[in-house]
Formats: sequence, structure tokens, C-alpha cells
Amino acid sequence: MSEPAVRVEELRKVFDVPEREAGLRAATKSLVRRKTREVRAVDGISFEIAPGEIVGFLGPNGAGKTTTLKMLSGLLYVSGGEARVLGHVPSKRERSFLSRIALVMGNRNQLQWDLPALDSFELNRSIYRIPREDFLRARDELIELLEIGDLVRKPVRQLSLGERMKAEIVGSLLHRPQVLFLDEPTIGLDVTMQKRIREFVAVYRERHEATVMLTSHYMADVEALCERVIVIHHGRILFDGDLSALSDTVAAWKTIAVALDDGAGDLSGYGEVIHRDGDVVTLRVPKSETARVTARLLAEQDVLDLNVEDPPIEDVIELVFAQETSE
Amino acid sequence: MTEVALVQEGRFRALFDFYVTAMRTSIQQGFQYRVAHYMYMLGMVAEPVIYLVVWSTIAEESGGSVNGLTPGYFAAYYIVWTLVRNMNIVFTPYGWEWRIREGELSGQLLRPLHPIHYDLAWFAGWKVVVIVLWLPIAVALSLLFDPSIDVRPLEILVFAVAIWGAYLIRSFNQSALGMITFWTTRVGAIFQLYIMFELLLSGRLVPLQLMPAWVETLAWLLPFRWTFFFPIQALVGDLSDQELLAGLAMQAFWTCVGILVFSLAWRKAIRQYSAVAG
Repeated sequence: MSEPAVRVEELRKVFDVPEREAGLRAATKSLVRRKTREVRAVDGISFEIAPGEIVGFLGPNGAGKTTTLKMLSGLLYVSGGEARVLGHVPSKRERSFLSRIALVMGNRNQLQWDLPALDSFELNRSIYRIPREDFLRARDELIELLEIGDLVRKPVRQLSLGERMKAEIVGSLLHRPQVLFLDEPTIGLDVTMQKRIREFVAVYRERHEATVMLTSHYMADVEALCERVIVIHHGRILFDGDLSALSDTVAAWKTIAVALDDGAGDLSGYGEVIHRDGDVVTLRVPKSETARVTARLLAEQDVLDLNVEDPPIEDVIELVFAQETSE
Repeated sequence: MTEVALVQEGRFRALFDFYVTAMRTSIQQGFQYRVAHYMYMLGMVAEPVIYLVVWSTIAEESGGSVNGLTPGYFAAYYIVWTLVRNMNIVFTPYGWEWRIREGELSGQLLRPLHPIHYDLAWFAGWKVVVIVLWLPIAVALSLLFDPSIDVRPLEILVFAVAIWGAYLIRSFNQSALGMITFWTTRVGAIFQLYIMFELLLSGRLVPLQLMPAWVETLAWLLPFRWTFFFPIQALVGDLSDQELLAGLAMQAFWTCVGILVFSLAWRKAIRQYSAVAG
């Protein structure tokens, strides 16, 4: 079995955060005695990611996703446990490590603001010591994949958010990283642009056999790209497994969307009515009952159309967080 | 050639390639904003012109010189000052503060190159723009204030090296100070204290010959003198060959000290980094 691309064992990150009450009195007091609070941003997480695997890293704001990615990319020292990426300890920030990874943050700008993106690409070539031929090949391939041929000659400040994000991605991948950490890469982008970026990530991963770890608040990103998800909350892993298994494990129900001929029938006897839109009624039924309820509906009602679906992934994730909070 | 030597040579070549590329990019950006740079430089001329007028007036009212320094010397001193001052503009502790606060540092730490190389190369490229833009200013000031200057080839050579030496010393000193921002986001007070010492002991405010003897002695022992007074004196003063070369040696010494202090501070600081802004 090959060495995992990412291996994390009991990883922890603790921040000492200064805090004080509001007001002049508290401010004066804090001059003499500074109070700090320990915040466990990441609290003993463990997982492995195989080479070429693409994993969705999910959690609400402040769950510890970005902190984890920052530790894995060498930006932060760990407070405890161990992290290894491509066999390297990230915090050592060795050239041989940094030349093989990339962290793309959706809200960060690494390109020279006043110059065309091409100039920033050239700068990255010299930083990553990419042989010119390889650089030109990689640059042109990425420009073509992301369809930004004309844009790279315009000053970056004149690009739209989506165009800039594409240019950022080109700049970040010129050295063809083997491990890609994507932190909200589609944040703030319109639906078409999100789709384009998703397609690109899939193609890049396949073409270069790259390992990808993705955080996103857009479940469409996760559903389109990731077979496996890791759900994190309050710095702890709540779930690690197949995206489909997440639904099976957490949500003990399915939805049945049924369109009736007469439209107005009362279906509350079949399950919980969660939505009604004209002739279409959506029911929530326990998973174990799904087959029986479906058979009853077909036998007892004038059904025009019927769809049995797993609950939307957004609802499942919400459920995971809700369960964790109530425990 | 051994394998280690080849690797080393490869590293130097790659670093050289980076410096050339980054400087070229910086020059492009500098010329793109040439008008803004010019306005900035013209604004900066006000400071030495005030010093120059004040000291020239004092010299004329004191029978033609102050401590042997004539209005012509003051004119030469402060005209060269304008270039040295511009060469001395480096990435400041405020820059480090901004870089950390805005999350810019995270992006730089992800690259397989120390951020200090980027700063050195970027500002060095800007200096090339500054030198080109400075020439007409120097001509205009020379026509206005009639400097007395008599230079030898060695003095020109030493001056050309010394302005870059000054740039290096100041870069490392200020970046070392900038490391404080990893612990506190308000480095301004400490930086202002540093600037006050620099103003008094570097020759920026007044040529050091006009300072009390003990101040001159103190200035010898500190790095500031070698960033302002020495480069200016190399061109306008009457330094012997030995003094010129000794000055360069002192610059080399302070550059090494700066690198050492910065490297030690960086190692501590980077462990402290919390990357909160990105």
C-alpha cells in the first residue's frame, strides 16, 4: 500500500486569545493584568488521505477547517500531534515541500494588483525555479483550461472577481503541485463560474493525479467533486467517510416527492408533509418505511409522478452539527 | 565540480534569476506610476531644502562657514542626501504590520522563498526607477544652490557601492524591528524611537561634523552613520582611500549584523505566527 499523501494524528492547535470586558475600567485593568483565553481551534483530529484522493473538508465557520489547512500547508506550527504531507513535516517549510503543494484561498490575492497576471506568473516561475519550457507548457495549459486567454494581459485590478480567481488559480498551480488545499475556492462567484472552477479542479486532479483537500460552504462543490468527506465541528471530527454514507448514517429518513392527479389530497397519513408546491407534495418518511409507504401511495392514490430521494446534503450536514451540539 | 558545488551553483543561479525577474517587475510597476513617484520624490525634497537653506544662511552669517563647512558643501551634502534618502526607503516595520494584519504574509510563506528576498528585490527594482527620476531633480537643485563638489573616480565607485550598502543595512535593521509585529500589532511607538536615534546619529538631520564630539563617537559605534553620512561623505567629503574602504568594510559588518539579528528574530517570530487574517 502506498504512503498516504496526507497523514494527521491527534493534531491540535491551541490559540491564546486576549479578552476583556467592554469599558474604560476593564481597559485600564487589562494594562496591569492581561487575561487570555485558551481556544482549541483543532482538538486532536486524525485522518489519512491517499495519493490522488479528493476529500471535502466540511464544517461551519470557526470549526477548524482553515486552521487545519494552514497547519498542513506549513503556515502554522502545531500545538500537538503530528502532521505529514508528502512525507514532510509542514512547519519545517522545506523548499522540497513547498514546491509540491499549493493552498488556494478564495478570498486572497497573490497576484500583482497593477500588472497583468502574466507578470505575476513569470515571478512565480522564478520563485518555484520552474524550467522555462515546463513553465510555458503549464501556463498555457492552465490558461486554456480556465479559458482566460485574453484576460492575463490586463492589469489584475481590472478583472472581475471570478476572472481574478481563475488567474489566481493559474498562478498557484504553475509548479504543478501534487497536493492541493482549496479553501473556499468558489466563494463569492456566480453559479457559472463556480461550475467552471469545479470542472477545472476535477480535470487538474485527474490529469496530474493530484491529491485535493477542499473546504467549501457550497455543497454543490462537494457533491460534484468529493466522494469522501470529513466533517469537523468545534475542532473535532464528527464524520469521516463516503458522502453517500454520511446521509445513511446521519439521516434516518428519505423524502418522497409525489405528484397527484387530484392535487389536493391529504397525505399526512403516509408521513410528515414537509413541502407542498401545487400538485406536488414532499413527504419525509423513515428510511425503513420508504418501500412500504411508496407501495401504499401507488396503490391508494392517483399518482402522476413519484421520486424517492436522499435528503439534501445541506440538511444532512446541518443535522450532524445539530446532533453534536445536543450531545 | 562536486555534486554539492553544482547544487550550490544552481541555487545561486536560481536566486539570481529571481532577483532579476522581481526587479524587472518592480521597475515596470515603478514606471507605470512614474508621476505618483515623482510627486512623492518632489515632496521629499522639501526636507533637505529646508536644512540646506537654514545651514547656508547660518554659514553666510558666520563669515562664510560653520565649523569649516561652506554653503557650497551644504548644497552638495543635501543634494546627494536626496538620493541617499530615497535609496534608504525600505520595507518598514509598518509594512510587516500591514502584511501580517492583511494576511499577505500567509501567501508569501507558502512560497519556497524567504519573504526578505522578495522585499530586497522589489525595493531594489524601485531604486533603479528612483535613480532615473532623481537625475533631473539633482540638476535642478544644483542650478539653484551651486554645490561645490570635486570627486575622484574611487569616490564615485565607493559611493555607487555605499548607497546599496546603506540600502541593505537599513533593510535588515527595519525588518528585524518588523519582527516585533508578530507579538504586537502596534509597532509604531518603537519604530518612532528608532527613527529619532537615526535622525540624530545618521547625518540625516545635520552633517555629523556639526555634532558634539561624543555624539560623533557614538555614531561610529552604531549602524545609522553608515546608512546616511558615509555614502554622502564618500562623494562630497574629502575622505582618504583608506577611509573610503574602511567605510565599506563597516557597511559590510553592519549588513552581517543585520542579517544575523533578523534571522534570529525571524526564527522566533515565525513560531508565533497565527495567520489569523488569512
